Amino acid sequence: MSAPEIPTLHPARLIRRGLRLSAIGFLGLVLVYVLALTYAPVEARQGLAQKIFYVHVPAAWSTLLAFSLVGIASATYLWLEDRRLDRFAAASAEVGVVFGGVMLTTGPIWAKPIWGTWWTWDARLTLTLFLFFLFIGYLALRAAVQDPEERARFSAVVGILGMLLVPFIHLSVYLFRTIHPQPIVLKPSAPSLPPEMLRTLLVSTLVFTVLYLGFVTTRYGLALEQELREQGPDAA
Amino acid sequence: MPRSLDLVFAVAGKDIRAELRSRTALLTAMVFAALVLVIFNFARDPTAVSSATIAPSVLWVTFALAAIVAMNRAFTVERENGAMDGMLLAPIPREAVFFGKLLANLAFVGAVELVTLPLFTLFFNLSVWSILPGLLGVMALATIGFVAVGTIFGAMAVRTRFAELLLPVLLLPFMVPPLIGAVQVTTRLLADRPLSEMVGWLRLLGLYDIVFVTLCTLTFSSVVDE
Repeated sequence: MSAPEIPTLHPARLIRRGLRLSAIGFLGLVLVYVLALTYAPVEARQGLAQKIFYVHVPAAWSTLLAFSLVGIASATYLWLEDRRLDRFAAASAEVGVVFGGVMLTTGPIWAKPIWGTWWTWDARLTLTLFLFFLFIGYLALRAAVQDPEERARFSAVVGILGMLLVPFIHLSVYLFRTIHPQPIVLKPSAPSLPPEMLRTLLVSTLVFTVLYLGFVTTRYGLALEQELREQGPDAA
Repeated sequence: MPRSLDLVFAVAGKDIRAELRSRTALLTAMVFAALVLVIFNFARDPTAVSSATIAPSVLWVTFALAAIVAMNRAFTVERENGAMDGMLLAPIPREAVFFGKLLANLAFVGAVELVTLPLFTLFFNLSVWSILPGLLGVMALATIGFVAVGTIFGAMAVRTRFAELLLPVLLLPFMVPPLIGAVQVTTRLLADRPLSEMVGWLRLLGLYDIVFVTLCTLTFSSVVDE
């Protein structure tokens, strides 16, 4: 079916490279913590609780980046049938679920003191929660199909359908919320951020992107390694 | 074009005929829906929540659960004796197979919904005669979309190890927009609100149907072809 595969990179080298990137990301994370606690000013109304913003927002960024790339890789897979795209989509979905977990745990920790509630059915919260569930379903499907060719096609279809589901969920929960308005005026978006805060956020976003790349590269290398080992006896 | 329509009806007819001969799955799904309704009646505090407030949600959650149970069966029957392979070997375009399966699933889910509706009005003591056309319309509009997605996921799930569990996990997120829309429209119908308050939701439901029926038709061959 697909073109004969020439692994340009050895899996072990990919894993090493991914781990190195992740290590840089973790070091960057230490820097983000230091910046957030010492460099960025304390927010006047929210106090120290606002510091979680520097972890929560970049985690959300990485989650959405991961899931969008799964959608794009899925659509391209059905077109090109390149196994690398499937491997990348799988790695990205898994990493996205991890970042999604960070986003969905840091969010309520912040919301409890600021909004007075752990969870609210706000449009953005609901959307990300369903995205999270959708990708857990995606990973469950991958785990349940044994034939790699079939697994790639099935998960690509789910990836494409999922990408198109996002605007629908957003629209429906948005309509739902505007008809039943909630007493929450405070929104996490702050249009005019002090430069120290903005810089800290940008550094953090960069760090989380590096972490994403590191994790995905490692995961991709592991998947490749696993595939090569499974094929091992036949190839030899 | 008429020829492909014949093929669609042939595929759907085969499914419906097979179902009508045994009737076990259909009856079981109907009993399941009735049981869900009964259980919901006990799951609320009648002194705190009036039945009219909770009725639309109960109706649609029941429909959703019954639809999942009903759709689980659509491709399980094809797996036995390699029936699916036989159908795929036949000179039928994949789109016709998909539409046939979709039609059969719609007939199946629709039958369950039509049996559930009178029970629902009975248990919740509602009068729906005046809004029946609107109610049937929104039922059709909401059901088409998620049954289309359910048909393609059913074809996938049946080839996996735990199909009965995987289908709901995959399908429920896709049921969210149609369910929210349908509950909103049903609430307004029951409260005799003007149509202008529902147009936004009806558009959303219609758009969902168009997008997902098209998309599922296009991707179906990637799911069934070896």
